Amino acid sequence: MGLSGSGKSTLLRCLNRLINPSEGHILIDGDDIATMDDKDLREARRKKMSMVFQSFALLPHRTVIDNVAFGLEIQGISKEERYAKAEEAISKVGLKGYGSSKTSQLSGGMQQRVGLARALATDPDVLLMDEAFSALDPLIRSEMQDELIALQDKLKKTIVFVSHDLDEALKLGDRIAIMKDGMVAQIGTAEEILTNPADDYVSEFVAGVDRTKILTAENIMKRPDPVVSVNSGLPVALQLMKKHGMSSIFVVDADKKIKGILCVDAAAPAAKEHKGIRDVMRTDINIITPDMPIKEIIPMMAENALPIAVINENEKILGVIVRGSILGALAMKEED
Amino acid sequence: MVLPELPIGEAVETGVYWLNDNFGFLMDIFSDLIDMLISGFKDVLLFLPPFAFIIVAAILIYLGSRKNLKLAIGSVVGFLLIDSMGLWTLSMETIALVLSSALVALLIGIPTGILAAKNETIFHIVKPVLDFMQTMPSFVYLIPAVIFFGLGNVPGLVATIVFAMPPAIRLTNLGIRQVPVELDEVASAFGTTPMQKLFKVELPVALPTIMAGVNQCIMLSLSMVVIAAMIGARGLGYQVLVGIQRVDIGQGFEAGIGIVIIAIILDRLTQNLTPKK
Repeated sequence: MGLSGSGKSTLLRCLNRLINPSEGHILIDGDDIATMDDKDLREARRKKMSMVFQSFALLPHRTVIDNVAFGLEIQGISKEERYAKAEEAISKVGLKGYGSSKTSQLSGGMQQRVGLARALATDPDVLLMDEAFSALDPLIRSEMQDELIALQDKLKKTIVFVSHDLDEALKLGDRIAIMKDGMVAQIGTAEEILTNPADDYVSEFVAGVDRTKILTAENIMKRPDPVVSVNSGLPVALQLMKKHGMSSIFVVDADKKIKGILCVDAAAPAAKEHKGIRDVMRTDINIITPDMPIKEIIPMMAENALPIAVINENEKILGVIVRGSILGALAMKEED
Repeated sequence: MVLPELPIGEAVETGVYWLNDNFGFLMDIFSDLIDMLISGFKDVLLFLPPFAFIIVAAILIYLGSRKNLKLAIGSVVGFLLIDSMGLWTLSMETIALVLSSALVALLIGIPTGILAAKNETIFHIVKPVLDFMQTMPSFVYLIPAVIFFGLGNVPGLVATIVFAMPPAIRLTNLGIRQVPVELDEVASAFGTTPMQKLFKVELPVALPTIMAGVNQCIMLSLSMVVIAAMIGARGLGYQVLVGIQRVDIGQGFEAGIGIVIIAIILDRLTQNLTPKK
């Protein structure tokens, strides 16, 4: 991603040599696109990668299905086979039944679905998407983004998506390269870029981003240290809390699975009555997964003052979030 | 100051005669081919009696113009009028001349236009030649045509081809150059060979513009075929010429109406051949 003129579309076009790179290498499966001859390049363009364009770039004289089947037609695949594959791609993008429509009759969002179907029909390894959703209305754009994410979950292709919209980049990108003046200023995950910007340009760039949407529990949780075993006695638990200056402590079993939380005001009187941890621990704790964005954690915190436990799929405790962690993460934004 | 008189006229004259002396045999072959083409078209057009022709033509026009009923009916009326004026054979001869010259002009013009769109060097050579061809008064073409091919249909047709070709070249070139960059990129990105790109993307997208060139080419052919009567081309033009020479207002006017009818039919038909966007 980058502002216009930063060279992102040029870089994308270098990947399939719509623009010839002046130096360097582009390796796909070990083959160097940058130096291969015309014949190999054609083969690579046919089989390895396909492209989706900002302006949709549908062929106006062709119906939807003939647009989608274009790449297959170029490969010399028989009409029957390419129509079958094209139909498949058309239903993938949710346009089933529109095959014989003229492209000019479709709305912008639908036209870009055709563009996407055309790129998917050849089943390439790499999808090059050049500001593919920039020409769409905000609502349709957001819908297309969600669908692309859902599609990608199934397809698991390499997608190079060029965007000038930071929100879009943060939403779609597993890894984001921020470009400036033809150079990559920083490359990394959304969290890496937000929490650790490489230079002033990047930090300025991401200054306006709503961190609570991007940063997740994983980014702000503290180590779950200490926790107390459910089989320990209350005095041990009280001792730990006193030593670490805590008003509550998570209770786990031998496998570090979360069992509950023990609060000091309940534990202290109970200890005198020689009760056990099981008797006084609370089990109504908030448990979340590491990928929950802060935006969703804040309301949980507001309802329940107890710390929140972050657990993995085996219910093993990974970290703890207290109110201070969230405030800390939000304060970081102000420092920028 | 007296400028030296450059012998441009003489040089051209010498050149034309030299060509005629040394390549006369080629001209003869070319002449025979053109003659065959014209009589071929003429035989086809005159194969059916007028009424049968009119019915067949109306059906073909109706289908060819994407079911334009008004055009089909108008054509029937026009053809009937021509027949009632007794100009049937002459009109068919004119149409044969127009179709022959337009066909040859397009066969040369469209590929030239494609080459000019693809190659800047060719474009820079073709462009001044086209400017020259289009600004030179059409009568001037008649002179070398007569020298190479004598009098008759053939020199008339050659002059017509030269006159009618420029719009076909220009508009083909323009149409292909106007193909949006993204569509060109789509073609490349999906791995087209240059030929696939031309036939599957560029020509279809440029088709409306190319068809405008075809229309222009046919209309210019018609106008020149009439003028070519001055060097012996037959058809309605000859009838007009005779009308002028004899100051026969009626004969000249009737032939003129015939030409107008043919012009309208050919114009509307070629405009309706391509799908509207």
